[in-house]
Amino acid sequence: MADQQKKSLSPTQQQYQVLAGNLEPKRPLLKNIVMAFLFGGLICLIGEWVMLMYVEWFDFSEKAAADPTVATMIFLSVVLTGFGVYDKIAQVAGAGTAVPVTGFANSMASAALEYRSEGYVLGVGGNMFKVAGPVIVFGVVAAFLVAIVHTLLRMGGII
Amino acid sequence: MRKGHQSWVFASKPAIMATGTVVGPFEGEGPLADDFDIIHGDLMMEQDSWEKAENMLMEEAVSLAIEHAGLTREQIHFMIAGDLMNQITSSSFSARTMQIPFLGVFGACSTSMESLALAACLIEAGAADYTVAATVSHNATAEKQFRYPTEYGSQKPPTAQCTVTGSGAAVVARVDLAMQSKLSDLKLDQPMGRVRITAATIGRVIDMGIKDPFNMGAAMAPAAVDTIEAHLRDLEIEPNHYDLIVTGDLAQLGHAIALDMFKKHNIAIDGELYQDCGMKIYDYQTQQVQSGGSGCGCCAVVTYGHWLRKMLEGTYRRMLVVATGALLSPLSFQQGESIPCIAHAVAFEREEGE
Repeated sequence: MADQQKKSLSPTQQQYQVLAGNLEPKRPLLKNIVMAFLFGGLICLIGEWVMLMYVEWFDFSEKAAADPTVATMIFLSVVLTGFGVYDKIAQVAGAGTAVPVTGFANSMASAALEYRSEGYVLGVGGNMFKVAGPVIVFGVVAAFLVAIVHTLLRMGGII
Repeated sequence: MRKGHQSWVFASKPAIMATGTVVGPFEGEGPLADDFDIIHGDLMMEQDSWEKAENMLMEEAVSLAIEHAGLTREQIHFMIAGDLMNQITSSSFSARTMQIPFLGVFGACSTSMESLALAACLIEAGAADYTVAATVSHNATAEKQFRYPTEYGSQKPPTAQCTVTGSGAAVVARVDLAMQSKLSDLKLDQPMGRVRITAATIGRVIDMGIKDPFNMGAAMAPAAVDTIEAHLRDLEIEPNHYDLIVTGDLAQLGHAIALDMFKKHNIAIDGELYQDCGMKIYDYQTQQVQSGGSGCGCCAVVTYGHWLRKMLEGTYRRMLVVATGALLSPLSFQQGESIPCIAHAVAFEREEGE
C-alpha cells in the first residue's frame, strides 16, 4: 500500500490491516500465469485452425482470411457466453480468456444479456459498452499517443 | 429492556413461531439442501428478470413462514424486511404483494438479524402480537449491482465470496399467543414457540480501512468481534453461556481473522464454539465459491433453516447469531472510500420442559 494511504489510517487500522493481510490467501500467481498462457495459447491455436480452414476450403488469401476468422471467434465466444460457460472457463483461465478478442466479445455480450431486462435502448444500448467501453476509450487514447510519437520521430528524420 | 450500552434483554422472551426458507439451484447443491423448504431449479425462477426472481423469493419465504405458523397474513401486524438492492425494492415490492404493514430496513447483509431484533423488540414492547422478519438476496442481482454482468468472464480472487440466492423469513409472536397455538404438537420441524429470542445487541459501524470489495470477510470481521464483545459486556456473561456463536457471512478468511482477534482480545471463543453461515452453505470441494457464501440471504436461510433445526433437534440450547454487513455502495468504492461494516447480534434459546 502507498505510504500516503497508510498515513490516513489510525494505528489500530494499520495493525488490523497487517493482521488481515497475513491471513489473506494470496492469488495463486504462478498457477494463474501458466493457465493464462495455456488457455490464451489454446484460443489462438483454435483461431489459427479457423484461419487455415478459410484458406484451405474457401480459397481466401491468408490476409483476407483474418476478418472471417475474427468474426468466427467472436461468434464462438458469444455463444459460450450465452450458454453461461465462458465465465466458468474464465475463472480458471484468467487473462487467457480476457485478453484475446473472445474476451472483448464476452464483455459486450454479457453486458447486453444482463441489461436486456431494462429494455433495448436504455438497457442493452446504454449498457452494452459498460465493461468494454474503457478498453475502447483507452485503446483510442493510446493509439493517438503512439501516432504522435511516430509522427514526431518521422519529422525528426529518425525513422 | 435495555441492558448495558447497546443491548436489549427481552424479559417476555418473544417466541419464534415458524420460518420459511427458499433458495436457488446452487444452494440446493450444497450440503444444507435438506434444511431448506423450497429449492428452485432455475436461477431465473420463470420470471422476466433477476430482480423479479429476487422479489418472488421473498414473497415465497414470507408466505411459507406465515403458513407454517398456522396463521394468515391478516394476523401479522408488521413485516420488517430488507435486501441488498438499491432502495430495497425487493422488500418493498414483496410487501406490496403481502399487504402487511411494512417497515423497510437496510443493514446490508446484517439485515437478517437487524430485522429479527426489531421484530422481537416490537413484540416485547407490546406494539404487535405477530411480526415477520425477512431478508433476501440473489446472486445475479448482487453481481449486477455491485460487480460485473453475471456472464462476464472475470477471475475472482480467493478472498471473493459468492452471494447466496435465497430468502429467509421468521414469524415472531407474543409468548402466550405462541403457546395457545394448537399446531405446536403437530409441527415438530418448526419452532412453534419452542425457540425464544432472549436478547439482541445493536452494533456500531466499524471501519478498518479495507477498500477491496472482493475482500468482505476481512472488512466485516472487526464489526462482528466488536458486537460480540459488546454483547458479552452488556449482558455480563461469558462466551460459554452459548453452545454456539455464529456469524452471518464472514466466510473462511473473516472467520480466521475473527478467531485471531478473539485470541488477541482474550475472549474465550474457539473454532468449535464459533462457526460461520457463509462456510456452511456451500461445499468447498465441489462448488467454486472461493472464500464462501455471503449476502442477506446467507445468514437468514442458514439460521432459519439449519441452525434453528439443530436447536430443535437438541444439538444446541443457546445460540448467538451475529449477522455482519458491509455498508458500501457501488459508487462509494469506486470513489475510493473504505468499507464501513456493521454487525447485529440476536440470542436464541430453546425452551425446555414446558
